[in-house]
Amino acid sequence: MATLVIAEHDHGSLKGATLNTVTAAVQVGGDVHVLIAGSNAGGAATAASQIAGVAKVLQADAPHLGEQLGEDVAAQVLAIASNYSHIFFPATAHGKNVAPRVAAKLDVGQLSDITKVISADTFERPIYAGNAIATVQTADATKVATVRSTGFDAAATGGSAAVEAITAVAPNGKSSFVGREVTKSDRPELTAAKIIVSGGRAMGSSDKFNEVLTPLADKLGAALGASRAAVDAGYAPNDWQVGQTGKIVAPSLYIACGISGAIQHLAGMKDSKVIVAINKDPEAPIFSVADYGLEADLFVAVPELIKAL
Amino acid sequence: MKVLVPVKRVVDYNVKVRVKSDGTGVDIANVKMSMNPFDEIAVEEAVRLKEKGLVTEVIAVSCGVTQCQETLRTAMAIGADRAILVETSEELQPLAVAKLLKALVDKEQPGLVILGKQAIDDDCNQTGQMLAALADLPQATFASKVELSADSVLVTREVDGGGETLKLSLPAVITTDLRLNEPRYVTLPNIMKAKKKQLDVLKPADLGVDVTPRIKTLKVSEPPKRGAGVKVPDVAALVNKLKNEAKVI
Repeated sequence: MATLVIAEHDHGSLKGATLNTVTAAVQVGGDVHVLIAGSNAGGAATAASQIAGVAKVLQADAPHLGEQLGEDVAAQVLAIASNYSHIFFPATAHGKNVAPRVAAKLDVGQLSDITKVISADTFERPIYAGNAIATVQTADATKVATVRSTGFDAAATGGSAAVEAITAVAPNGKSSFVGREVTKSDRPELTAAKIIVSGGRAMGSSDKFNEVLTPLADKLGAALGASRAAVDAGYAPNDWQVGQTGKIVAPSLYIACGISGAIQHLAGMKDSKVIVAINKDPEAPIFSVADYGLEADLFVAVPELIKAL
Repeated sequence: MKVLVPVKRVVDYNVKVRVKSDGTGVDIANVKMSMNPFDEIAVEEAVRLKEKGLVTEVIAVSCGVTQCQETLRTAMAIGADRAILVETSEELQPLAVAKLLKALVDKEQPGLVILGKQAIDDDCNQTGQMLAALADLPQATFASKVELSADSVLVTREVDGGGETLKLSLPAVITTDLRLNEPRYVTLPNIMKAKKKQLDVLKPADLGVDVTPRIKTLKVSEPPKRGAGVKVPDVAALVNKLKNEAKVI
């Protein structure tokens, strides 16, 4: 029995969610190997070899793996899949893109967003936007799963696994990379941030959103998030979206400004350590999960808060 | 070019589901059911491609119980031309649905399959990618922009940290994200028109697919409750609590 973890990386370094996925893999029992499929990804491979609990790092390096196309990464995983009882991906945009392709080709069911390992074949995962927790068991030969990072601690460093080069698969020929539009930001990444300042539809406009919340986030060194309603209205970019259909976060402090607290939003942030809600509607459902609720007009309260910090 | 649009009947997004007391699942008896919101975006996108003259026929597909016919009628009220129901009362998991859709792709030979990225009941986010793998088609998940031409499609995807654009050869599979479009309201005349459109009913066996579930749900439980905290009177009290009680700033 061995588990293959598909690393999420930018070739030079590992993305944080990889570490949580390794922790889930270690809990399964058996050896843990990490696959780095990339281009000039020696830096990421070295970082993976230093994760405690990792027995071996497999590195497939080729120029076309640079863009991490789902078809190519899935083919790379399938090339070595027969050696593993479990194949785990971080439940990120990238992992969710690739994992089902691997499962379908292996003719096995896939488990999405596991939050707990109960045994080698039984796991917990949230359904209905986290309003219910399902305990699921799979009898399939290979267990393919995506791992929700907020369900597991990040693995520590201190390992010294060997890095083994493996043959890269050929490009798929049906899809190609055209371009990327990266949101430049000096802020911490949403899923890794210790503090998140989040805005809802009550922000009123994209300008107001930035004008009011950016100084607060700057002051706290926080990441900026948004509710689906705010994203829908065009006040904030989609990759700021916190909720069932966006990012799942669990920072030490989550400050929800003008967010009513729809089920789908709560699903993305209710595991935060401390939740603050600022909303002028006393009946807003967000108050039912907030540790500290401030019933106030956010356009008055947020600037006051910035001054008081 | 034909476009196939799979749609799922799910508990309406406004309904807060309750876990059954015996732990066997969630209670969906007498609960409002609707089309999965992401699938509605998929239907809208397909219909817009047809309105632009890039597509000749939009076929809506649903897999599940008889009542999925209502969901298909909604798809046809938005503008789908005809519909296919693969009827079964068995629990259908994403792999089984992907196999049913693969059989329909073989039969109908669409140039494009557009699906929602995720259903809001089981939150799996798998079916589109599984279909693409089984049919050996290229995929673009989490689409926020689709530009179709005769033999390829450019798709902008929502990924962590921004967006990326892929070019796929046709046929291809696309899954929709939130910002792709805003689905239209269906009008009464279109609802009436949809009732007259063709709706074929098949069984999984007609497509030669074994839909036996692979994953067993042992138990469904309530998530741990988070207790409500306190209301603070003003900003000064809030800062005091955060500094001295919670010690998070």
